[in-house]
Amino acid sequence: MAKMSLDDLRAMRDQKRRELEMRDADNKTVQIIVGMGTSGIAAGAKNTLSAFLAELEQHGLTNVSLRQTGSLGLDHAEPTVEVRMADMPTVIYGKVTPKVAGEIVRSHIMNKTLVDEHVFDRPAADILERKEQ
Amino acid sequence: MAYQHYILVCGGTGCESNKADAIYRALQRETETHDLTHAVQVVKTGCFGFCAQGPIVKILPEESFYVEVTPEDAAELISEHIVKGRPVTRLLYKEEQSKEHARVDDISFYQKQFRVVLRNCGFIDPEEISEYISREGYVALERVLFDLSPQDVISELKTSGLRGRGGAGFPTWMKWNFTREQTSDQKYVVCNADEGDPGAYMDRSILEGDPHSVLEAMAICGRTIGANKGFIYIRAEYPLAIGRLERAIAQATEFGLLGKDILGSGFDFEIEIRLGAGAFVCGEETALLASIEGERGMPRPRPPFPSVKGLWGEPTVINNVETLANIPVILTRGGEWFAKIGTEKSKGTKVFALTGKIANSGLVEVPMGTPLRDIIFNIGGGIPDGKAFKAVQTGGPSGGVITAEHLDTPIDYEHLQELGSIMGSGGMIVMDESDCMIDVTKFYLEFTVEESCGKCAPCRVGGRKLHDILTKISKGQGTQEDIDTMRQIGTAMQRASLCGLGQTAPNPILSTLRYFKAEYDAHIDQGVCPAGKCKELVHFSIITDKCIGCGLCARRCPVLCISGERRQPHEIDQSKCIKCGECFTACKFDAVLRA
Repeated sequence: MAKMSLDDLRAMRDQKRRELEMRDADNKTVQIIVGMGTSGIAAGAKNTLSAFLAELEQHGLTNVSLRQTGSLGLDHAEPTVEVRMADMPTVIYGKVTPKVAGEIVRSHIMNKTLVDEHVFDRPAADILERKEQ
Repeated sequence: MAYQHYILVCGGTGCESNKADAIYRALQRETETHDLTHAVQVVKTGCFGFCAQGPIVKILPEESFYVEVTPEDAAELISEHIVKGRPVTRLLYKEEQSKEHARVDDISFYQKQFRVVLRNCGFIDPEEISEYISREGYVALERVLFDLSPQDVISELKTSGLRGRGGAGFPTWMKWNFTREQTSDQKYVVCNADEGDPGAYMDRSILEGDPHSVLEAMAICGRTIGANKGFIYIRAEYPLAIGRLERAIAQATEFGLLGKDILGSGFDFEIEIRLGAGAFVCGEETALLASIEGERGMPRPRPPFPSVKGLWGEPTVINNVETLANIPVILTRGGEWFAKIGTEKSKGTKVFALTGKIANSGLVEVPMGTPLRDIIFNIGGGIPDGKAFKAVQTGGPSGGVITAEHLDTPIDYEHLQELGSIMGSGGMIVMDESDCMIDVTKFYLEFTVEESCGKCAPCRVGGRKLHDILTKISKGQGTQEDIDTMRQIGTAMQRASLCGLGQTAPNPILSTLRYFKAEYDAHIDQGVCPAGKCKELVHFSIITDKCIGCGLCARRCPVLCISGERRQPHEIDQSKCIKCGECFTACKFDAVLRA
């Protein structure tokens, strides 16, 4: 990417926002977002990430995007994982060991059933989203 | 086939004790009675952090938030909410009206937290600049480069009321303005990411989760004060944060958001990372600047302040990570928006690292003025294992304790100072009844003695003296005169030390003397440690009548000094006992005596 002008920056902002909105709206893509801050990694987030990869491959799921983010701040519940997909409420899972990662794929994603005892609450409303509503 | 509703029953320890399990079963029974098992899934969740009003039941996708639910309410929740689609109003959470701190109007939401600084942490991929850009990223820089004059930026910051989040609370606009008013060919912007308080990791999480917000703010600062060079001083023990920062700087430079002629505006700004070796004193601004220059990290007297003579003698703005992370939001939303959050003199939010004896440890961000009780018992989920709250330590080795009687104090710069503590960078260490205040205070003194750079005598000698006296008291050898001596030394250090490290090092002692004098007296007059923590004063033995010989304590003992036949009373070999208290905690029959 070459240096941007002001117009490039604005265009990129709009395009990326639309892209993310589409990803949320479209029926095909499932997003798994793993919290990869120091506290998450210390609690085993890297193993969780690998477990997701293995499980997705095993079931031949190709419509899933696996991404990383920083810490949500829920250190008592690390590793934390957010799952966004059509027909399901957006959910944050906590204490996601590799075993729980497998359950999330089989139960939440393939069977549309929440994984018991691992749902946590997002700690705060998003100030950016609420402005737009 | 997806369900139509998901009923989440909070299964945190707070709610669990409030019959969450019975509610869960009642809801499941009702779902079966109404033949709705195909349409409704009932799940137990982790703690929602709203325990004071538990048990909590949340229904998705409507996001209905029910509080103080009882098992008897289950029938109504199912027949009304699920079957007829009418919320059960009497159980819905109602926003408390009489709050001392004003909330932003559009966030009258049940969440106790309000995330400005952490807005992107946990949302975006920190290694992908386009994700930051898509969430209002670099909008503020655009405005500053093309729409706002430096004077406009300063007045926007003044309106916002933003104060330094490193601890002292100096108004940010003033710092920027002092530096802007200096005439010089070269000025600098420095980001202080030398987070050193034990138990504090707010800055690390911001840099790991949202590095671009700090880069953007530094460029804005450079444009405003007339600097084209910035440094981020970060400790080498934060490798992940450093890696993400390096990547963010590289991406921003590639995209032309840092470097020469940013967005064609003619403004140049570069950022370099400088690694610190982890000395606590290097968080002090003049020592930090010395360290960047390649000198030994030692403070120098102020004035001159860095805004006049800073890095390499040039005017320098030095801001903490969290302060900077607020800047892009203020310049995108406006100072007035920001000033609506918080109290009269402390605006915005504060991020705290909640650790110690707390159920939900982690990072929380709340509006300034939120009572400590909300942070600890709502968001934090209270004290684990049914123990009683004793105190919370804020401000790390420079701070003090806040006790149960002050739990309702609104947390802001002024109130914390009144209580003899400080905001500090935002570490909050929660202590319960099993913590000894002399032991805790000794820990902090050990830390400051270790970290003192040794340049000035009040800190170098005074700190050591205080630590010696505390050690004496913890062994039961202290006298009441020692208390007076500690007060005298403490006052001298506050007045005569060169920098903040020495000036604030006595704070933990002075603060615990203020609130826990009785505990000092118990150690001195009776030779007793009420919490049973001070090893020299505590003695473990087994009560023969109560011991059933289960052997649990013997298995737990790390030095294997408990012996006895099975089903026979056991015995502790006092010569080997390290007084860790494992046996005391392990015994289910109260047969271990701690005296």
